[in-house]
Amino acid sequence: MPDPRPATLKVVYLARLREAFGTAGEDWPLPDTDAAVDSLVDALRARGGAWALELAPGRAVRVAVNHVMASPSTIVRAGDEVALFPPVTGG
Amino acid sequence: MGTSVRVQSALFEIGVEIDRMRAGDARIGAIATFIGTVRDVNDAAQVSALELEHYPGMTEQSLSDIADDAARRWDILGVSIVHRVGKLLPADPIVMVVVTSAHRREAFAACEFVMDYLKTRAPFWKKESTPAGDRWVEAHASDDDAAARW
Repeated sequence: MPDPRPATLKVVYLARLREAFGTAGEDWPLPDTDAAVDSLVDALRARGGAWALELAPGRAVRVAVNHVMASPSTIVRAGDEVALFPPVTGG
Repeated sequence: MGTSVRVQSALFEIGVEIDRMRAGDARIGAIATFIGTVRDVNDAAQVSALELEHYPGMTEQSLSDIADDAARRWDILGVSIVHRVGKLLPADPIVMVVVTSAHRREAFAACEFVMDYLKTRAPFWKKESTPAGDRWVEAHASDDDAAARW
């Protein structure tokens, strides 16, 4: 049986990134092969504008996959929740 | 060993938070607390209000992991963390940590550890209102240095 669920990620933007991108998140279609966090960030950066600015190499952006801090090489799978946010400033 | 974490917009009562952790437990010989409050100035600008954002789900998990980590590293009896979100004003309390233990050294160290890890790992973000407009607070490298000590 084919998996009836669409092969998408739930991408979430928080704090400054949410404001800069003008959205709290979106569904992101996954390619057929395994994708890593860095390929998602590369694709978002390629949109240009605020995306290129906020996700420029050298800017501090943190990524969490399913509420756990991730690295550029972390593999993402259909149904995962991937959050992008600036370094935290609580406390 | 009791751990408790809460994220809330409501004001917390400092005495109530301490009493909850004491709860008549006569094994406790030391209670260390930390309370963080809103300052009215930051990076040379007057701050009239603070908006605290979090990432529901991950924030609670992160605080819980930090409390558990403290309990593994030190011989302590309890840890509680309460952190506020939403709009706060200067002098308002933001965060409170309570650590109970038999002896003071463990309570002091664990309390400081919890705050250092919270500042660098728990997903909260501050946006401050200044005369020049609203701005997101930038993370400080000194906070990373503080967390790296542990």
